Amino acid sequence: MSDGVVRWLAPVAVVIGLAVVGVFLWSGLQRDPHLLPSPLIKQPTPTFNLTRLHNPRKFMSQKIFLGHVTLFNVFASWCYACADEQDELMYISRHSHVRIYGLDYKDNRGEAKKWLHRFGNPYRAIAFDATGRVAIDWGVYGTPETFIIDKHGIIRYKQVGAIDAQVWRQILEPLIQRLRVTG
Amino acid sequence: MRILTAMLVLLLISSCFTLQASARATDSLHFVSPAAQARYNDLAYSLRCVVCQNQTLAESEAPLAADLRHLIAAQVNHGKTNQQIKRYLVERYGDFILYSPPLSALTIFLWFAPLGFLALALWRLLRRIRRRPQILDK
Repeated sequence: MSDGVVRWLAPVAVVIGLAVVGVFLWSGLQRDPHLLPSPLIKQPTPTFNLTRLHNPRKFMSQKIFLGHVTLFNVFASWCYACADEQDELMYISRHSHVRIYGLDYKDNRGEAKKWLHRFGNPYRAIAFDATGRVAIDWGVYGTPETFIIDKHGIIRYKQVGAIDAQVWRQILEPLIQRLRVTG
Repeated sequence: MRILTAMLVLLLISSCFTLQASARATDSLHFVSPAAQARYNDLAYSLRCVVCQNQTLAESEAPLAADLRHLIAAQVNHGKTNQQIKRYLVERYGDFILYSPPLSALTIFLWFAPLGFLALALWRLLRRIRRRPQILDK
């Protein structure tokens, strides 16, 4: 390479390199560093077979997700933020066609039933995950967590942390609408 | 003599941390062999706690970390390989649970950019040195 070309090539490469790094750092500022992208998006839901919270002789499996759009919410009576979210879930259960199912995570049956009585029960049915083993299959690391599942049992979105009005209106509601129509 | 004393004190202090960590690492876990326990330790210390994200699974006090430690111990005892166990966890929690992100089109910049910049700087430095007039000793 001629000396003239090389003289500006190196500084330009450095500037471009720094610009690329800058773009990554800038976009990172918008995001919570503790939130992990889920590897389950666009995958079929994990398989499971758990007893139901209100009736230990009945079971719930992943087959319950087929044929409709589902909002699958992981909660626990010991989880502070879950109580915050319950109002919003009650609202959703009254104003949306989405089917709400629950996963009661590492909880006590009695405590969970009391909690639902106190904060509201928006769930069509609740699977009782006493050991949390099923939740591990869903990659749960911070309750509450909510999964939006399409009619074919494919996970389309995961929300870590409580759902508020903004999350519902801006993210979940439009997605659920789209999934109902297109499937 | 004083250096030796200082070193002994340092060793004593640091052993507090390692003993504490290894005590939690094994909790009430049982292993089918010393080899299994060694593999478990390798894994527990090389995987990130996704809740307390600056700690390994071995060190973290988060309940999920305890659950995952039990899971890893069970799989090790069942003869699953380290690779199988890591893949199991990555399938559920993503690459973040590993400390070193795997090489891919996305992460190749992360891995090689620092080296690239260093190489570039060294190259420019060498060129500059070569261009300087030589000073000859008499």
